[in-house]
Amino acid sequence: MRVRIRSAVALTGALALSLVAGCAKGGGAGAGANTVTYWLWDSNQLPAYQACAKGFEKENPGLDVKISQMGWADYWTKLTASFIAGTQPDVFTDHIQKFGQFADLKVLEPLDDLGINAPDYQPGLADNWIAQDGHRYGAPKDWDTVALFYNKKMAQAAGLTPQQIGSLAWNPKDGGTFEKAIAHLTVDVHGKRGDEPGFDKNHVKVYGLATGGGGDGDGQTQWSNFAASAGWSYADKKRWGTEYQYGSKTFQSVIKWYFGLAEKGYLAPLTDYSAGANPANAQVAAGKAATAFDGAWMISTYYAMKGIQVATAPTPVGPTGKRATMMNGLADSITKNAHNKQGARKWVQYLSSDACQTIVGRYGIVFPATPDGTKAAVAAYGKKGIDVTAFTEPVTDKKDFRTFSFPITDYAADVTALMAPAMQDIYGGGKSAGSLDQTNDQINLILSQ
Amino acid sequence: MTIASSSPPSRLPLRGAEGAGTEQRTGRAKARENGGDGRLAAVFIAPALLGFTVFLLWPTLRGIYLSFTRFNLLTPAKWVGLDNYVRMVHDPIFWDSLKVTVEYVVINIGVQTVAALAIAVLLQRLTQSAVLRGIVLTPYLMSNVVAGVVWLWILDTQLGIGNQIIGALGFDHIPFLADEHWAIPTIALINVWRHVGYTTLLLFAGLMAIPDDMYEAARVDGASEWRMFWRITLPLLRPVLAVVLIMTVIGSFQVFDTVAVTTMGGPANATNVLQYYIYGAAFGRFQFGYASAMSVALLLVLSAITFLQYRLTRAGQSDLG
Repeated sequence: MRVRIRSAVALTGALALSLVAGCAKGGGAGAGANTVTYWLWDSNQLPAYQACAKGFEKENPGLDVKISQMGWADYWTKLTASFIAGTQPDVFTDHIQKFGQFADLKVLEPLDDLGINAPDYQPGLADNWIAQDGHRYGAPKDWDTVALFYNKKMAQAAGLTPQQIGSLAWNPKDGGTFEKAIAHLTVDVHGKRGDEPGFDKNHVKVYGLATGGGGDGDGQTQWSNFAASAGWSYADKKRWGTEYQYGSKTFQSVIKWYFGLAEKGYLAPLTDYSAGANPANAQVAAGKAATAFDGAWMISTYYAMKGIQVATAPTPVGPTGKRATMMNGLADSITKNAHNKQGARKWVQYLSSDACQTIVGRYGIVFPATPDGTKAAVAAYGKKGIDVTAFTEPVTDKKDFRTFSFPITDYAADVTALMAPAMQDIYGGGKSAGSLDQTNDQINLILSQ
Repeated sequence: MTIASSSPPSRLPLRGAEGAGTEQRTGRAKARENGGDGRLAAVFIAPALLGFTVFLLWPTLRGIYLSFTRFNLLTPAKWVGLDNYVRMVHDPIFWDSLKVTVEYVVINIGVQTVAALAIAVLLQRLTQSAVLRGIVLTPYLMSNVVAGVVWLWILDTQLGIGNQIIGALGFDHIPFLADEHWAIPTIALINVWRHVGYTTLLLFAGLMAIPDDMYEAARVDGASEWRMFWRITLPLLRPVLAVVLIMTVIGSFQVFDTVAVTTMGGPANATNVLQYYIYGAAFGRFQFGYASAMSVALLLVLSAITFLQYRLTRAGQSDLG
């Protein structure tokens, strides 16, 4: 009996130990000394980076790259959990909005000696990844801008030529030719257009502009291009500002006009938006919206829509006389407690090189950060018959375009947590744009801590 | 006891010390037997105790400790005393999320309990079909996240098949999950749909314990089904109903997954239930100290509600027998 009890105790102990060991291993499982683990979220990009890994493994015999891909929402939760559990990947795709927080939490490895030269990449991309402590934590991998996707057939039916759509202008007073165009593209259930007498704004069949929700604190594909072309900036400084500007009269006039488009029936209401079930591209695909502002990462999605032909146009000219678009870039970061730091450095160096970025560019799914990589991507899109000028022009034409980055400040998650409901309240809840004064004060109070 | 005292004395020296009295020997033998049982019991209890300690006791104690700290998970926690609790009391979003949660619980538990009771009574009085019981339980076999996603698609304002049907019938589309007035009732009803079968089954088991002769006697006395429900079924089901209510209310207060996949707390915080707010503070904003303080508050609220329910419904006593 005693023996049996002992063995039972031993078994229980072994079970407990194996459970604990199993927990500790987690994501790091299978990562040997010669393996570099790499995480990314975009499934479209997975084949391109697999091809890149092959090139890397050829150049570095004995080193293996193990790539894991998971959806955007799970990605950040898993990454956070992995930092706590010590199962973090060696290298991961980083987003500028999360970068400040990670740098603050000291979970990233400085990459100062990796030889990243800002002029080797498209303007602004490399500098964004230097934190407040002066160290670099990301190697630029790609970039994206925002443009207007439109349903070619609907535009034709409305009598709008590609030239007209490509030369639209807006202002916060009467909306300019942009508002006229989307009003004309809007059709109610009786077939009346948005700018015709008798238009029923409560029973719209096709909206002129798809909804992308309230846009939180950045409005990347919603209101940011309007606000920036009116001369507004998120914060008092380009990077690491300490005061947000949501209280600015210019900004609030843009917001009032933009969400006012929903009241007029031209912009689909907030209730039509669902990140999970009905994002802007789904509204265009379903024929419920004629146009949508969306990012370059969505090009292949829009052009793959069945039965719908789309084209793109640059963002409209604003009150400053310039067009504007956010130019956002992702980077690769190494984790501070990476299991294979040496391998990780080599892999990131390769990822940021022309060799890898040209391979990725050839897949025609994203614009790599190096000029040669970008060129390869433009050619690959061209081969598929897709004209991407609306996305690339803002980067090359600084006279007509203003590009700006995601807001880079501390407490980005807190800003989003406060701005998301505030914007939804204005868009769907009928609150005034002036209510942003209070939200802005709350945000700046947090930043001043 | 009986066996030991009736054992022939000749066998005793083999087990006990020489010269010891029978009484003493029996006692010791019994103690040894019990001791053996005790050790065996400890072995059987150990895995559960280990799980309880690792997954419940320790996290709870640590959570309470963390609620008095500023902690971002990756650097050491800093003691801040009652700061997190002071912040909580002054945080309008916390109170709003508590209000939203209560609203959810009232609709969810109200509708679910009435519906489950009705279905359970119908199952008991009209049919004993195991197939029907199985069908009633089907939604419960689906994970909350899958149920949430499926309903999100069905109820989407513009494209959802549910709204397409509403539109085809000539009505305006209803923004079930996208309007601040509709969202909480919709989420509450989605979860009623998923959980009602399980609750029904629990109540059904309780109904099976009510002796049939009571109904027969009542029928002989000329009582109607309605009267029998109020006079026999409901009073005798009370202890089971109370336990079911306590369990479902606790579960309901912890609603999270359906919100996370359907509305993400929106629009404009209309569905920002407490658990979702706590999750956002912890895993979105890395404010684990504040999130712990709110979790402790939720624990206190739930303990108080459970205690009250237990007392009010006399859940520990039965009217049967």
